[in-house]
Amino acid sequence: MPPRALSRRSARRALVAAPVAAVLGLPALAHDYKVGMLAGASPWARATPPGGTVGAGHLSIESRGARAERLVGATSPVAGHVELHAMTVENGVMRMRPLDDGLEVAPGGHVEIKPGGYHLMFVDRKQPLREGEHVPLTLEIRKAGKVDVEPVVERVEASAPTGRGRQAGPDGDRTR
Amino acid sequence: MSAFKVIRYGALAVGAALLIGRPVEPRVTAIGRPEIGGPFRLVAHTGAVFESGDLRGKPLVVFFGFTHCPDVRPTALATLSQDLRDLGPDADLLQAVFVTLDPERDTGEALAQYMQAFDPRILALTGTPEEVKAVAKAYKVHSEKVPTAAGDYAMNHTASVFLMGREHRFKGTIAQGESREAAMMKLRLLLGLKAA
Repeated sequence: MPPRALSRRSARRALVAAPVAAVLGLPALAHDYKVGMLAGASPWARATPPGGTVGAGHLSIESRGARAERLVGATSPVAGHVELHAMTVENGVMRMRPLDDGLEVAPGGHVEIKPGGYHLMFVDRKQPLREGEHVPLTLEIRKAGKVDVEPVVERVEASAPTGRGRQAGPDGDRTR
Repeated sequence: MSAFKVIRYGALAVGAALLIGRPVEPRVTAIGRPEIGGPFRLVAHTGAVFESGDLRGKPLVVFFGFTHCPDVRPTALATLSQDLRDLGPDADLLQAVFVTLDPERDTGEALAQYMQAFDPRILALTGTPEEVKAVAKAYKVHSEKVPTAAGDYAMNHTASVFLMGREHRFKGTIAQGESREAAMMKLRLLLGLKAA
């Protein structure tokens, strides 16, 4: 999709609807889009082994606003649905817990949805996630609304993003 | 202090000591290495029967999981694949096995497809739920189903990698999240190689 400037509609939303900004994770790729209170950075997904029906997505969300926000859900065309899970290891036992109430981002704080902590799980995955591809993903933020990001698929053993994931504005405007 | 007082306070002190500092009898139920492991028989993703007893003399690297795990198991399998590559030909001196805790979904066919992404020397093993449960019990592996939002389930389970010596006796573990360097060192020691 070609780069597009912030549309008038989204600019208006930026003023009235406490919108969400999306910035890229790597400075070299950073596309300033600092219109809002929230930034999602470096979205990525893990490549899936053949077979299986699930996949995992990660990103970090940073709040620049004065009020708490909450990631309440996500959707993606590559999956029947997307769930937010917390993962912990206690006494060698790995435990996974669905976050039914979503994940709060404190004012001025940030949360990292990263391996070993949280993940967005692509359930009923309809296609394999292949390294280098981009996965459309819509985040549902309680107050700010919907944010489109495009995690890049990293190697199956990846533990951190390489910064190739794309992000988008509050109403779906691509930033690059 | 009168003799009477000494006796009275002495009795009180003894009583208090009995109540408060009641010595706990040390109970030793095992000494030496924990009783982890034991022979088992399952079916590999290749379709072959896997009989651990056939591999006597060869160290085993045993870990448990399920393929419907989006994050941790694929990472562990990919990391172990890389470790085996880094060990080079020495990796052939051990046998790594991934035992599914979810045999209902992880059939031999499903595992065969899944394992294409990883080092072919790693065998993925499945069996009947009872067979799998018996192996998990022998390894003192905890596992339980956790419902997820969509009526589906994930599994909580022991994520450690068990290192079994040539006689398949427990030698140690690689914990979830342990560094690659530490893991490599442990694998090398398991093979009787120098640590680095």
